[in-house]
Amino acid sequence: MKTSVNIRVNGTSRTHDVEPRLLLVHFLRDLCGLTGTHVGCETTICGACTVLLNGQAVKACTILAVQADGGEVTTIEGLASNGRLHPVQEAFWECHGLQCGFCTPGMILASVELLQHNPRPSREQITHAIDGNLCRCTGYSHIIDAVQSAAKKMARPEKAK
Amino acid sequence: MKSGTSNGYFGQALKRVEDPRLIKGIATYVDDLRLPGLLHAAILRSPHAHARILGVKTEAAKNLPGVAGVFTGTDINPACGLVPCASSMPGLKAPRHTMLAGDRVYFVGHPVVVVVAASPAIARDALDLIEVDYDSLPAVTNPEKALEKDSPLTHPDQGTNVAFTWLLANGDVDGLFAQADRVIKQRIVHQRLTPMAIEPRGCVASYHAGEGSLTLWTSTQIPHLLRTLLPGVIGVAENKIRIITPEVGGGFGSKLDLYVEEAMCSHLAMRLGSPVKWIEGRRENAMSTIHGRDQIGDYELAVKNDGTVLAIKARTIADIGSYLQLLTPTIPTLTGLMICGCYKLKAVRFELTGVYTNKMATDAYRGAGRPEATYAIERLMDLAAAELGLDPAKIRQKNFPKPGEFPFQTATGLMYDSGNYQRALKKAQELARWDALLRQREQARQAGRLFGIGLSTYVEICGLGPSKIMAAGGWEWGCVRLEMSGKVTVITGTTPHGQGQETSFAQIVGDRLGVPMEDIVVLRGDTASAHYGRDTYGSRATAVGGTALIMSVDKIIAKAKILAGALLGASAKKIDFRNGRFWVKGKPKNAIDWKRLGQEAYEAKNLPANLEPGLEASSFFEPKNCTYPFGTHIVAVEVERETGDVKIVKYVAVDDCGPQVNPLLVEGQVQGGIAHSLGQVLFERTVYDENGQLLTGEFTDYPMPRARDIPEYVIGSTVTPSPSNPMGVKGVGEAGTIGANPAIANAVMDALAPLGIRHLDLPLLPEKLWRAIEEKTAGRKMKKPRSQS
Amino acid sequence: MIPAAFDYSRPQTLEEAVNLLAQHGEAAKLLAGGHSLIPALKLRLAQPKTVIDIGRIADLSYIREQDGRIVVGAMTTHHAIETSALLEEKCPLLPEVARHIGDVQVRNRGTLAGSIVHADPAADWPAAILALDAEMETVGPDGPRVIAAKKFFVDLFQTALRSDEILREIRFPVTAKSVAYVKTVQRASGFAIAGVAVVVDAPRMTVSVGITGVAAKAYRATAVETKLAGQSLSAENMAAAAAKAANRVEPLGDIHASSEYRAHLAQLNTRRALVLAASRA
Repeated sequence: MKTSVNIRVNGTSRTHDVEPRLLLVHFLRDLCGLTGTHVGCETTICGACTVLLNGQAVKACTILAVQADGGEVTTIEGLASNGRLHPVQEAFWECHGLQCGFCTPGMILASVELLQHNPRPSREQITHAIDGNLCRCTGYSHIIDAVQSAAKKMARPEKAK
Repeated sequence: MKSGTSNGYFGQALKRVEDPRLIKGIATYVDDLRLPGLLHAAILRSPHAHARILGVKTEAAKNLPGVAGVFTGTDINPACGLVPCASSMPGLKAPRHTMLAGDRVYFVGHPVVVVVAASPAIARDALDLIEVDYDSLPAVTNPEKALEKDSPLTHPDQGTNVAFTWLLANGDVDGLFAQADRVIKQRIVHQRLTPMAIEPRGCVASYHAGEGSLTLWTSTQIPHLLRTLLPGVIGVAENKIRIITPEVGGGFGSKLDLYVEEAMCSHLAMRLGSPVKWIEGRRENAMSTIHGRDQIGDYELAVKNDGTVLAIKARTIADIGSYLQLLTPTIPTLTGLMICGCYKLKAVRFELTGVYTNKMATDAYRGAGRPEATYAIERLMDLAAAELGLDPAKIRQKNFPKPGEFPFQTATGLMYDSGNYQRALKKAQELARWDALLRQREQARQAGRLFGIGLSTYVEICGLGPSKIMAAGGWEWGCVRLEMSGKVTVITGTTPHGQGQETSFAQIVGDRLGVPMEDIVVLRGDTASAHYGRDTYGSRATAVGGTALIMSVDKIIAKAKILAGALLGASAKKIDFRNGRFWVKGKPKNAIDWKRLGQEAYEAKNLPANLEPGLEASSFFEPKNCTYPFGTHIVAVEVERETGDVKIVKYVAVDDCGPQVNPLLVEGQVQGGIAHSLGQVLFERTVYDENGQLLTGEFTDYPMPRARDIPEYVIGSTVTPSPSNPMGVKGVGEAGTIGANPAIANAVMDALAPLGIRHLDLPLLPEKLWRAIEEKTAGRKMKKPRSQS
Repeated sequence: MIPAAFDYSRPQTLEEAVNLLAQHGEAAKLLAGGHSLIPALKLRLAQPKTVIDIGRIADLSYIREQDGRIVVGAMTTHHAIETSALLEEKCPLLPEVARHIGDVQVRNRGTLAGSIVHADPAADWPAAILALDAEMETVGPDGPRVIAAKKFFVDLFQTALRSDEILREIRFPVTAKSVAYVKTVQRASGFAIAGVAVVVDAPRMTVSVGITGVAAKAYRATAVETKLAGQSLSAENMAAAAAKAANRVEPLGDIHASSEYRAHLAQLNTRRALVLAASRA
């Protein structure tokens, strides 16, 4: 028995008939074609599937698409605006905050949520905020650097180039 | 490095070329592929470590709407070959490693039935409709007991659990042990680990019946080796197979294999006439992707009272699991080869027994045999220093080969290419503020705190390697093409999966050609474009693959000089080349650039006689020797008495990987490597119970480092070029993992030393430390808990 | 990773949800935040025929003070509790415990009610529920019912909630600041190996201690409470009392901690939580 689900994804309304068992991550990947949201585990640990649901970081592998019906989702593909990278994306690039890139979308979105409500996080607050995101490549140091760098970028008023 | 030109890319901490697609979420991993008519495979795996299969009922699954096929071993195995092992060890007993289980299963996770269906959900539903009748058999789980006479057998048809024995013996071991003032003995258990790349494995196979050709997209480190090996399994010729590795979400050695699923999906795509995709779940990954380490060694080190080390002996058992994967037997032999570490030992005897157990196979996991060696020798050096009352740094220094003694031949027969171990140690001690650190320890100890300092001076073998020591070629291939537009296409036979060679190779080529990096594209991971390669493992890509590119660049420059000479009316010998421009000596104002040369080379209207059109060159680089990166890590820790928790209070890493192409990437490799070690030393371990059930099958049970576990590093480097390749680079992918392991462990053991605790095996879990502390301080004998292995 | 198929309904009122539950009985599962249920669905440990999503029922997500008590609605997330100024002021143990749960993403979705109904023996909330003597108000076909904390946790993954009942609200007393939660984390899962919640009632000279992760169900460390009742909270008294934290329980043993170590951590964390709570008095 399928149910109609409407989710606003990266600003675009998406309506699909889905099985109730369909996970949000599969809605995004398979029905919306947004494959930047990754699946790394089945137990809500790794955080590779992190997206923003109604502005909050959540793990899209542990939400049914039907639960997100009527909601707004931002995935990694929707983070850049008008072709300009989000400061957190920029900082991950500049600080070498990624290697294989698989955990990166989730790591970036968890960091975005942190900086939304804590623009000047301490190192400890950063590690606390990304506690739900595993990275097996970088050893995290450059990720922490990147979040700190992004915080600085976002604090600086945008200068005209 | 000698270079015709320089943009100054080499040595710069440039941000990576590959990152934009990754940070935007628009990169393509295997699971992101969508093909028309794609079918999805799911695998039913054995819940038993060892059992006879009495019957399999698949009717209900076959009847589920949307199921395209359900296959058992009886259906698939006769049509396919065996999973190959590349190790050619004399006397190796190899069980028949079929696609699916035959009449027995040999480990938890052993594939038994494969379902192919229209969607992953249907395939998964179908698994629940399959009934397998098992007759459970005794499982072999302890490799030492497996060698006892009355042990059950992992593979009863082989008559033994011994897979192989291997002996490395050089020098007068017995004589030197007789001369020793002391013999330092220690049994060390190197626990089994699960690599746990965050992207599980996965593949998509597509067969073109008209062409008779197969394309396999797979999350692997070795597309080229797969192309060589797959024909023997699926019966398609090598030149009809194309392997593509899109983005690979981490490997760490665990994707350095030909796995059943890759071959089986290929076979099924041919059989069903539709592309077939299989994506591994995390639990499957923990059960059926290779594990690492798992050795038990009894080590003995012969030393003089002045700290001179003479010789080393080891009797080692490697628990290799139930099957041989690609390099399974080779990995523990690397432990033997590197067992001398940085020290001038005169003799070695390393006896190795590989033992089959009812577990997943072991194979290369970051460091692959070398972390075991480094850990063992570095623990022994600390134990020797403690027994002799010597400073751990001084006993190491005393036994280093001096810089002038390189190339240095070890007792194991390796030729260390270049080194200055003293300099790395000294620099690390300076960065750690060694004397202040000693005072800090003294003060902490006086206050009753458990504070320890650990040191590791390591050397590793990288840049693999000369073909004569490798199973299937140790060379590397690379191609550089100047396009007609003046853009440059670089094709490497290595297969980067996070290391960043799209950037570092562009730096190398950009410098040498004098072309801006923006004009360079580095292609990798597709056997249709990179015709040949030996892929990425063993920290070899830059040292071996980078050199193949340099050779190709030089061939292009030589050809371009002929062409430029023809255009400028001079012989090639009269042509100067710098910064991407060619001119007749003394006339730099009248220069021509790559863009013009590209146009001329391909329009081919003004070529001199006998000059072929085009500007493209490919090269195979065959290294004469491996490379031997080295360094010193210094760690300070504090152990909390009441809980056994370990806190790292200082971490200094000085690594020497030769000249660094991109220091930012080097730092990333070092930090990432250290994190793997930190996990291994403090909490990671793969646990099978006595029945062979895997107890660490999910991320909820297999702890890995998180951001909060990471100390703030002090990172330094020294630069000692390698003579093994023209850039002098050594490789850095595994250095962190190899160097960190003993440094952290030695620090913890140093913290516990005042209590009279001599050695504890990894991982140094809080409970293990707490028990050891309690036994020494409260004097109570603790029961050995069932849950602690 | 893919749950077995199920039917789905999304009632708009609690009454509707109760009726649906009555209709489907044992074959139905309630879905709140989903952070206990969905993992079980994905691993197919739970295969309900019907999932009743109570996430859209109006006004089940609230934290307020009412008749001198703190009341928390069933759909209130860990995050809402973690960041509630009211709770920080009136029942600070709750935000302190919330901060220890899982990770940011989990706290953003997971709910207090969902967690305690699941009754995972290593979940954090039960320690606080017990230490605070919370009351669970349920609603079912026979109307509302109140279950006291002490009677709520029955066994491993079992509560006193009947299969036709829905947990609607959890009520807590207003407390002083003298509370603490000290936890040893199972580092892979984020659950508790030993989590100890302490409430010190200084005027009455009593303490209450709830312990999770140590045994098959969370429990009140009554031996500790009895030992300290009417006593001054000196370091010696607290240490002596904490030593009784694992009395009369059978500590669990697994690959993450043996029963002996769990018992030790129960005692240690109890002492530390007592000291911390007392220091906040």
